[in-house]
Amino acid sequence: MSIWKYANPLKFMGWTGPVVVPVSVLAAICILTGTIWGFFFTPDDYRMGASVKIIYIHVPSAMMAINAWAMMLVASLIWLVRRHHVSALAARAAAPVGVVMTLIALITGAIWGQPMWGTWWAWDPRLTSFLILLLFYIGYLAMWQAIENPDTAADLTSVLCLVGSVFAILSRYAVNFWNQGLHQGASLSLDAEENVSDVFWQPLVLTIVGFVLLFVALVLIRTRTEIRARRLYAVSARERMNDA
Amino acid sequence: MIGLLKRDLHLAVRAGGGFGLGLAFFLIVTVLVPFGVGPDTVLLARIAPGILWIGALLACLLSLDRIFQLDFEDGSLDLLATAPVPLEGVVAIKALAHWLTTGLPLTLAAPVLGVLLNLPGPGFGWLLLSLAIGTPALSMIGAFGAALTVGLKRGGLLMSLLVLPLYVPSLIFGTEAARRGAEGLAGGTPLLFAAGITLGSLAVLPFAAAAALRVNLR
Repeated sequence: MSIWKYANPLKFMGWTGPVVVPVSVLAAICILTGTIWGFFFTPDDYRMGASVKIIYIHVPSAMMAINAWAMMLVASLIWLVRRHHVSALAARAAAPVGVVMTLIALITGAIWGQPMWGTWWAWDPRLTSFLILLLFYIGYLAMWQAIENPDTAADLTSVLCLVGSVFAILSRYAVNFWNQGLHQGASLSLDAEENVSDVFWQPLVLTIVGFVLLFVALVLIRTRTEIRARRLYAVSARERMNDA
Repeated sequence: MIGLLKRDLHLAVRAGGGFGLGLAFFLIVTVLVPFGVGPDTVLLARIAPGILWIGALLACLLSLDRIFQLDFEDGSLDLLATAPVPLEGVVAIKALAHWLTTGLPLTLAAPVLGVLLNLPGPGFGWLLLSLAIGTPALSMIGAFGAALTVGLKRGGLLMSLLVLPLYVPSLIFGTEAARRGAEGLAGGTPLLFAAGITLGSLAVLPFAAAAALRVNLR
């Protein structure tokens, strides 16, 4: 008996079914209380005014955009090493969620940047690396779309994910290199956050937890859908064989 | 493996198409830029390193699908995969052949086009050096992308989508070295980074590309 027995599709469907609903509810509660608390019950920042409050969406989504890729990387590795189909499907399920998180982070960042920096977009290292991350996500998804055989697709996208991770990290530090000082590194980093008073910090932690739970819930739901789609495909293929 | 290299070189040079096409494309892209941004020589001189790098990168991309596609279609890739030579070696040799037929001519042609873009004097050496060091990475990364998409009907577009983000680090460090050179600064640091990426790609990507080829030939 090991943890791997839960990777069996049947077992996976069994234990995720009851788990999905509470996780979703908990995610909704965390995000709702976090944002309401943050939006209405924290004071405005003395320098940034009310625009500081976008932090409660921007920071969690940015974190999940990166964590989603990290989860895809782990799932791809598990698929390549242990060939658990659920793991490949989970990687596939996480990618669109990651794309949406990246987009949310970019868009909320632009909305915040317009009044604060006076521009929607700057070729700041942090912004640029997120744009590159988005490109990697798009390529990964396009690869899944393009290949019909599911096992081939899983293999190739896993290899792409591994190589892509290396190059994404390289790009992250490469763009650091030509930071010409137009803008400081974005001020929304975690180490800066710790200087922020607890008033902002507590609702932020709550929304971050909420986004993590939301990600887990969405990936579980999407993986379950993928498994069902795979079963449906197998059933219809068997039907066609019987008819022939 | 030497035989394979010779075969690929002969095919590239004699079978027409790929060899001259990349260079012509490079020329056209470079010539089109002044039409797009205007003939202001100061502006052109400033963006020349970036334009030449992007032109070389696109010209390189154009010929990538020839690395494996033809061999895949006529079945010689299956023979190469079952040959006693390791598939990783085959991939590396094919990337080398691609570099000799595209990367190297592009590197040599770039200074000539640099004259058209009014590249400042000290920039020529740095541009040549940065392209010579950076383009092998482009070929190797491209071979990986070509290996991923070799089995697909219309893999070309997908391959550009996959390969171009992977080119970002090489492009950044390559242009940075050339730009610093053109401005009369020392471009040694970005050049070393570009060399590091090239060497890293050469060390790791043959294995990834060979793995992808094995999946596609399954």
